[in-house]
Amino acid sequence: MQYSQQVIDRFKNPKNAGGLRGANGIGKVGNAKCGDIMKMYLLIDENEVVKDARFKTFGCCAAIASTDVACDLVKGKSVEEALKVTNKQVLAILGEMPANKIHCSVLAEESIHSAVEDYYKKKEKESKKAVKAD
Amino acid sequence: MRKVYLDNAATTYVSSEVLAEMLPCFNTVYGNANSLHGFGREAANIVDRARDRVARAINANKSNEIYFTSGGSEADNWAIKGIAHAYANKGKHIITSAIEHHAVLDACKQLESEGFEVTYLPVDKYGLVNIADLIHAIKKTTTLISIMAVNNEVGTIQNIKAIAKTAHEYGVIFHTDGVQAIGALRIDVQDMEIDAMSMSAHKIYGPKGVGALYLKNGIRIENLISGGSQERNKRGGTTNVPAVAGFGKAIEIAVRDLSMNQQKLKAIRTYFVDKVTERIPYIQINGHPHQKIQGTVNISFEMIEGESILMLLDLEGVAVSTGSACTSQVLEPSHVLKAMKISDELAQGSIRFSFGKNITKSDVDYVVDVLEKAVNQLRSISPLTKAGRK
Repeated sequence: MQYSQQVIDRFKNPKNAGGLRGANGIGKVGNAKCGDIMKMYLLIDENEVVKDARFKTFGCCAAIASTDVACDLVKGKSVEEALKVTNKQVLAILGEMPANKIHCSVLAEESIHSAVEDYYKKKEKESKKAVKAD
Repeated sequence: MRKVYLDNAATTYVSSEVLAEMLPCFNTVYGNANSLHGFGREAANIVDRARDRVARAINANKSNEIYFTSGGSEADNWAIKGIAHAYANKGKHIITSAIEHHAVLDACKQLESEGFEVTYLPVDKYGLVNIADLIHAIKKTTTLISIMAVNNEVGTIQNIKAIAKTAHEYGVIFHTDGVQAIGALRIDVQDMEIDAMSMSAHKIYGPKGVGALYLKNGIRIENLISGGSQERNKRGGTTNVPAVAGFGKAIEIAVRDLSMNQQKLKAIRTYFVDKVTERIPYIQINGHPHQKIQGTVNISFEMIEGESILMLLDLEGVAVSTGSACTSQVLEPSHVLKAMKISDELAQGSIRFSFGKNITKSDVDYVVDVLEKAVNQLRSISPLTKAGRK
């Protein structure tokens, strides 16, 4: 099993690691049994554009590198576009990955979906609140 | 970059004494040990001496009870399947433990697919098999009990003599995987009542690709390889003379230097564990607190995953392993830690540090520095890190 230099670089010095103050879409996927838990933090503005994305990951190199790349891929995109980001795009940036690690890129894709879902849920709640207030 | 190798339970370097023993067998004494002429006889003498050395190291009654194999996995496979098959007319039940090496577990799985019944004994939180559980599991159809002497992941030492005695009280054959035990504790197959034992050379500063099965005379086993009279007709094939010579020398040295090496390892281990405990919070040391070998330390680091620790250490030249080397590509947490009822998170965050006789305190200082940095870095980006737990 060999990791590409891109995976190693991202793993060693992730650009988007850590929490994100004011994040309004927070997703969490995975479980300890499989060895990967990913938390994705999105800051989405009023025009539904992802202003910033950060992550916290419990997992292997591939998991950490994949979430880091996923953050890059959603930044600056509209929420709708962000949902179209796939694990293939993550893999394209990271290069070859050992077969049993492909699922890390899939989890990274899912973490985006989970964060966006959280964002929509929160928005819905708020709009309901707003209706009640009226 | 500085390099420190702490994966000696996976394999060791070949010591210079062993290498010196092997080298002439490649181009000076190169005869086929089965040939009748002088070249062959010279090679056969080397093989005989190696067999004597292995027999003496474990106090076998006779050196013809030692069968050379390609290593520990072959010896395990042969012992489990070969003995089970040879006694199949008596019964088709065998007993092993949940924490065995995969060479034993997968051989048992194969027997299950052939219609044998296998009981996998549980272990306690330290990795020990309970004798009462064993007695409870023995049936009229039980022919073989196989329990490893020392666990490869956590270093726990089983009560081998008590297990063997129990087996014999019920007329059952006892096999032990002794791969991690040789050189770490005194093994006396007669005193410990061991009927069959697997051994390997490359864990004790010998070459890879060679090991042996000790099989007490009188115990039947199915032949492994047909087509040659080697190893008393049981395992045909031209003897790998350099490897066998190296194994003989390695096991002789391992037993000769056992006390000295264990003292050294104990000092290094204590130094390491004290430093880690002092510098890194939220850890758990896995395995038995006392009944353990000195060379292996298994530590779980809370909130982070083992492979990423391994990789950060590797980037600084420090070699360790997650679980055992053979299973490190599997995603599920270690079957050993699972059997010890260690949580998934802690099992995923476990690292095995296994020390060799060449490790110095200065090596340990370097490793602990690198380890502390790695753990802090990973915890800073872990979703499991809670406020106040850093």
